[in-house]
Amino acid sequence: MPELRTETMTVNMGPQHPSTHGVLRLVLTLDGEVVISSDITIGYLHTGIEKTIEQKKWQQVIPLVERMDYLSSQSNSMAFCLSVEQLLGIEVPDRVKWIRVLLAELQRINSHLVWLGTHGMEIGAVTVMLYCFRERELLLNINELIAGFRMFPSYMRIGGLREDLPPGFHDAVRAFLDRFPPKLQEYQDLLTKNPIYIKRTKGVGALTREEALGLGLVGPLARASGVAYDVRRAFPYLGYETFDFDVPVGGNGDVFDRYLVRIEEMRQSTSICRQALERITPTGVFDIEDYRIVPPPKDRVYTEMEALIQHFLIYSQGFNVPAGEAYVPVEGPRGEQGFYVVSDGTNRPVRVKPRAPSLLACQALPKMIVGGLIADVIAVIGSTDVVMGDVDR
Amino acid sequence: MDSTAVIAILQHAVPGAAFEAGPATDQPTIFVPRERLVETMTVLRDHPELQFSLLADLSAADYLPREPRFELVCHLACLGVSGAPSAAPSSPKRLRVKVRVPGDDPHVPTLSGVWPAANWLEREVWDLFGLVFDGHPDLRRLLMPEDWEGHPLRKDYPVQIRMAARANEPLQLSPEQFAANIAAARHAADKAGKKDG
Repeated sequence: MPELRTETMTVNMGPQHPSTHGVLRLVLTLDGEVVISSDITIGYLHTGIEKTIEQKKWQQVIPLVERMDYLSSQSNSMAFCLSVEQLLGIEVPDRVKWIRVLLAELQRINSHLVWLGTHGMEIGAVTVMLYCFRERELLLNINELIAGFRMFPSYMRIGGLREDLPPGFHDAVRAFLDRFPPKLQEYQDLLTKNPIYIKRTKGVGALTREEALGLGLVGPLARASGVAYDVRRAFPYLGYETFDFDVPVGGNGDVFDRYLVRIEEMRQSTSICRQALERITPTGVFDIEDYRIVPPPKDRVYTEMEALIQHFLIYSQGFNVPAGEAYVPVEGPRGEQGFYVVSDGTNRPVRVKPRAPSLLACQALPKMIVGGLIADVIAVIGSTDVVMGDVDR
Repeated sequence: MDSTAVIAILQHAVPGAAFEAGPATDQPTIFVPRERLVETMTVLRDHPELQFSLLADLSAADYLPREPRFELVCHLACLGVSGAPSAAPSSPKRLRVKVRVPGDDPHVPTLSGVWPAANWLEREVWDLFGLVFDGHPDLRRLLMPEDWEGHPLRKDYPVQIRMAARANEPLQLSPEQFAANIAAARHAADKAGKKDG
């Protein structure tokens, strides 16, 4: 029998490809349907946010960091605030902590919903996308309620929150929390036992525990591979040690396990939200009330000269942060995230370096796709949940 | 575990190297001499009492006009889960490792052999700060275009600058060439139409 002559083919996937979640470019070398090598190019969304931040005053940084990882805006700004508060040596009141926890967990559900929707759609389950975006709309409405802005609320501030919770906040959150668990079950009914979905995901893009650790993967990606690491457990912040929740851990490290871990995380987040909501009073203290760092309340600004002066000082000159450096990790939707901030004692940062979980997930892609089929590349990219705004910054 | 305890273990495992505790309040910080970096990091990763198995982040900072000008900053974490199946898990802890790098000799040994995660992180630091990682397998720019000049996060790099990246410049056609292209495409379409009809 004569031997068949085969040739490898180079395929350029992206940067404008609907399943690359932004502008990610993969140069794949194919032998038939099998991927034999891949080269990844990023940087198409690089906007120099780190350089821009060095020109801004501390409070002005918050809208910028929210726009890095645009699906977890509140986790970003919370991590940044925690690092700066560590430098300032201040601790926010309990009520602020619970509100931050609640908003961060809602943000996690929000981000996982976008992930589930797009991931499902990419491998053919279009219904899931429509369902997920329906529930996400309610979360965006809550953002709109507290800040008037649906994607980037800039509600977390250094030293607390921008303002007190609006009337009707508790009802809106409770309505979502009551509605969400049955819907989550609905998504699971659509996918978990769906033979097509299982065939597309089981055993695809698997990573072992050691590979995941060595590649610096964290969050759902690492937990699906069996690394039982959650920042909320290992290095508790904002009083997470007082909440009751489980950390789901997978074992196979494939796309299907990542799906299961994220679904369970949404369920746990719903439970944390309920616990946090119980502790939050409808009105009360919402910042540290130290008017060298946070602006005075508006009713005093309108009636007292000193408060007015302080208000203008905060917004024109900002405040000084003691010299030093800090890095406080938090558990974002994509795993450990945090900001390494360096201050020289002035009102502008010297250096702000975000830890970008998406960048490391992107780096791990060749490990997951080389040796697999080209059709699985889509499923794997979806399962890593990379956000290109976080990769490129 | 504070920085003095870490240094005590390190001085035993890496004899002859001068370690120094850093003044940080959030987590223990140590300075490591540049020449012994890889050796030290391997000990930090593998020592049964330390087990810093996760390289959480690697970045740099520029302190112009101070000399040595750059600092390489690594954030390590011991996750509290066992790194190797045989060893008992150590309690969760974090460590910041810093290396002073002079501005006239910006070379650092690569850590990509210790943690594969360091590969892209080091490429990013090379791209934005211009620190050269000796022994790195693939030291190319990561975020900026390949032919970019300068390293944007250095403090002496201007904030606002206009520079066109030649590698990604779009193809420029003159109006005549454009018209000729259109005409050729129409001609081809006509020919195909005739063949079908």
